[in-house]
Amino acid sequence: MSSTRDIDALIEMMAKLPGLGPRSARRAVLHLIRKRALLLSPLADLMVQVAATARECLNCGNVGTSDICDICASEKRANGELCVVEDVADLWAMERAGVFKGRYHVLGGTLSALDAVGPEELRIPKLIDRVATENVSEVILALNATVDGQTTAHYIADQLEGAVRLTSLAQGVPIGGELDYLDDGTISAALNARKDI
Amino acid sequence: MEWRDQGILLNVRRHGETSAIIDMFTEEHGRHAGVVRGGTSRKIAPILQPGAQLDVTWRARLEDHIGSFTVEPLRSRAAAVMGSRLALAGLNAVSGLLLFCLPEREAHRGLYRRTEQLMDLLGQDDLWPLAYLRWEMALLEEVGFGLDFSACAVTGATEGLEFVSPRTGRAVSREGAGEWLDRLLPLPECLLGRGGAPDEQILQGFELTGYFLREKLAQEMHKPLPEARQRFVDRFSRSVVPR
Repeated sequence: MSSTRDIDALIEMMAKLPGLGPRSARRAVLHLIRKRALLLSPLADLMVQVAATARECLNCGNVGTSDICDICASEKRANGELCVVEDVADLWAMERAGVFKGRYHVLGGTLSALDAVGPEELRIPKLIDRVATENVSEVILALNATVDGQTTAHYIADQLEGAVRLTSLAQGVPIGGELDYLDDGTISAALNARKDI
Repeated sequence: MEWRDQGILLNVRRHGETSAIIDMFTEEHGRHAGVVRGGTSRKIAPILQPGAQLDVTWRARLEDHIGSFTVEPLRSRAAAVMGSRLALAGLNAVSGLLLFCLPEREAHRGLYRRTEQLMDLLGQDDLWPLAYLRWEMALLEEVGFGLDFSACAVTGATEGLEFVSPRTGRAVSREGAGEWLDRLLPLPECLLGRGGAPDEQILQGFELTGYFLREKLAQEMHKPLPEARQRFVDRFSRSVVPR
């Protein structure tokens, strides 16, 4: 029996993580072993803890360690604005920007007839329910500017039309973007959404 | 193996962390899948949106391998459809139906040219529904369920065609309908090339093509029609009869 069996198994598991391959997983594991007290043990403890407590918020679909996430539980965030995002990574991106002060709703994907993802597979019925019960004044559809993302946005808009104010994120030139490097679609969208200065 | 062609992007799926598998509909090679390395990168992902017109080069060691594509954008149609619910629904319906019924790696040049023309009309909501209806007729023809409105299947008359036989897809005149009248499908005049094309007739046309897509094509394929087609028809009918 190999004396490095456990370490090999750890490397194999680490190599399954996004951004890591077998070589980088090997480097990461070696680093963890060298910093056993400082990194490996605390990391192992935290992973055990998170594995036991991590769950989806029953209200919005965010990931947290309680049934209702901090954002949904906060009274300060109940300002009537509800931001609909595709997945938790998008919610975290919005939170990083720190400009949105309302609550979120995570759909868990986009509609895709080809992959048999319908409204029931997403959290669209729950969204409609929240709009009806949570005193929502505006739903911001912060979905990706892709064909699937916008198809989903239009579907939601159809479902909520007349019930609440519906808005979507602007599309156009990113901060620091150079026109020369932008694709035709982005330039076209930016031109259509031009504004007075 | 290597070839170069132009085509319409039908679908994109993530493949691993950085790559994507795309389905193209090309003129010379039909529907063809392949891997795009780095297809999820910030540089390439905006190009790989369904409906985009791309110049592609496909390479593989053996012909039956999935192979890899290198892509060059020719025309992006995403911006034209993003703001229009009808156009977006139409784009999804076209992509969905082509993926549903076309076999892989089989050229359908006529249908390809019609599809390219249809895609170029995306965003022109006044012209698009009729163009789409005619495209569905061409699609049915291409897959072996063509509708024939040249003469009455019963009497041979070329005038007064008002119905379509659900069994043969051939036109039937009122005189020829006889006791089968209630079983026949209405034939909208816009499909005979007569007069204008009011929205109500286009809707009737969608019911007609929908019947053959559902009852003939989908039955043959042993799977249900893609939902995207019905969503487009629903969207169009809502624009005809506002809620």
